[in-house]
Formats: sequence, C-alpha cells, structure tokens
Amino acid sequence: MGVLPYLVAVWIFLVGCYGLATSRNLIHAVGCLSVCQSATYVLLLAVGYRDDATAPVFSDVKPGSRPVVDPVVQALTLTDVVVGATVTALLLALVVQVSKRHGTVDPDALSELRG
Amino acid sequence: MSRRARLWLVAVGGGALAALLVAACLDLPAFGGTRHPYGDRAVRESLARHTANTIASINFDQRAFDTLGEISILFAAVLGCVVLLRQTRDEHRARPEPEPVALPVRRYALAVLPVALLTGLYVVAHGQLSPGGGFQGGVVAATSLHLLYLGADYRALERIRPVGLYEVGDALAVSAYLVTGLAGLIGGTAFLANTLLPYGTFNTLSSGGTVPLLNAAVGMEVACAVVVLLARFLDQAVEIEKGK
Repeated sequence: MGVLPYLVAVWIFLVGCYGLATSRNLIHAVGCLSVCQSATYVLLLAVGYRDDATAPVFSDVKPGSRPVVDPVVQALTLTDVVVGATVTALLLALVVQVSKRHGTVDPDALSELRG
Repeated sequence: MSRRARLWLVAVGGGALAALLVAACLDLPAFGGTRHPYGDRAVRESLARHTANTIASINFDQRAFDTLGEISILFAAVLGCVVLLRQTRDEHRARPEPEPVALPVRRYALAVLPVALLTGLYVVAHGQLSPGGGFQGGVVAATSLHLLYLGADYRALERIRPVGLYEVGDALAVSAYLVTGLAGLIGGTAFLANTLLPYGTFNTLSSGGTVPLLNAAVGMEVACAVVVLLARFLDQAVEIEKGK
C-alpha cells in the first residue's frame, strides 16, 4: 500500500489535465476540470486516513474509545466539493452563452472575436 | 498552435509535473499513520464544546470564518448564473407542453418526494450530531422538489417553486449567518466566536452553541441556491427559445 493512494490522486489529476488539453467540446472540458478537482478529494482523504480508525462523529462512538480519522481534511474536502460544484455551475452557464453566441462548443472554433 | 504541437507541449509539461508530484508524494507522511496533530486537537476542541460531529464543529465553529467565505462563493456563483442565464432580447418564452409520464415513474416520484424532502431536513437538523449537515441536507431537500418535474410536469414544479422567493431566501440565509456572527461582537467576544449560547447536553439537538444555527443558515442557503441554479438551467432547456 504505502504511497499508492497519493499516486492515485496524482494520476487522476494528470488524466483530468490531459482531457482539458485535448478536449474538443467545452462541456467535456468542464467535466475534465471536475475530474482534476476530484483528485484533490482523494489526496485530502488519503492524507487524513488512519489505520483501524472510524469516522470522527461521536454520536454512537464513545469519545476516546477508538481512534478516528483526521476530521480537518474531511472538512476541507467538504469545502472543496461546494466550491467545485459552484465553479462547475458557473462554467456551464458560460458554455450555454458561448453556444448561443457562436453556435459551437468546440474551443478550437472559437478563435475569432465577435461583439 | 497546431494540435500536434499542443499535444507535445502537454506531454512535456505533464511529464515534468508528474515527476514533481510523485517526488512530493514520496515525502508525504506514510498512509494510515497515527500522527495527526491537527486532527487530534480538532477532536479535543469539538468535544470541549459538546459537538458530536467533529466536522460540523470544524466548519461552523473552529473554521466558521472560512465557511463564511465558502457560502459567499456559493452566493456569488448563483448570482453569476442568474445573470448569465437570463432571457435576452432576441429570445422568448414558450409554454412547455406536458408529456405523458409512465405510471410507475409518476407513482414512485410522488411517493419518494415527501420522504426525500423530510430526509433532507432531517440531515440539516442533525448536522451537529450525525454525519451530514447544512451542505449535504440542503442539496437533498432542493433536489427532492425536482422529483415533481420527473413525476408530473414542469408546470407542477413551477407551482411549488416560485424562484423569486428562493432568491430572497438565499440572500436571507447568508445574512442570517452574518448576523449570528455579529451577535458574538455584541456579546463582547470575537466575530463568529462560539461563546454566546450555552453548549448544552452532549449528543442532543440543542448541543454545540451556535453550531446548529450556522448549520441551519447554511442548509437554507444551499437549498435555495440549488433550487435557483436548477431553475435557471431548466428555463434555458425547457422554456426559453430563440427568435421572436
């Protein structure tokens, strides 16, 4: 195991970057950006993982009876998810406008300026 | 730049980035290790303030100021979407015709709608006790309303979803978060400090001081924001059409 979970996060991030660079469709590109972002979830949760530990919620676990995983990175992941969702929504709204104005969602076809 | 040149650039840049990231990964603390200094301190603080869900304690107490920034991003993004997706001069609204819905889909959607709505509200209300909280519960509650669009039709959804009201609710929820934070200043402590209310009995609904209040404000904000966002995108897909 060792370093594998971190490497998985790196792999997901690079796959997302590859998709962004080669995308021929803006909606596809927004999806690739979400893939890049999910790499950060994997990285954060991997950093916070602790062997034989449970969730840091003490409604049914007696405090101190079991080790818990790192709650700080879980809270950061939650922030990440919310920001990711809002960025995706905003980008998709932009794609709707681009498609209306230019009649295409291919980034390569969007080279000329139009008023 | 030609596609070929761009691919070469991506390969070179991506390879270098991959090497740097792998080198960084090899230096990270071992996976599953026992040393989590911030986590241990966060758990101790959360228990000291009688909040069973440590993540809610971090979001709405220890890092409440960061959460204010987070919901401001959400608010700004909704505002941006509303501006970007509004009806322009050369477009008009077409009345969508109801399509027949398969009977099992209709029955299932209408049966699940109240259950899903209640689940969403439950998750918001128990944010300081069990996994979940304002962000997750708000999304569940907001999406449950849209089961009506699947089960009945767009008109039915519009009747239970006056978008203007939800926009007001969105703004009110952000204001409620700010006001709860300012209440700390009036009480003689810092902005968003959790010292105003009694911490209550551990593992009950009223525990955690201001955590449940901030959690509820965020739940309302997220629910309203998701409803408004989906309404704007659905408008574009269903109602707004090009040409006069």
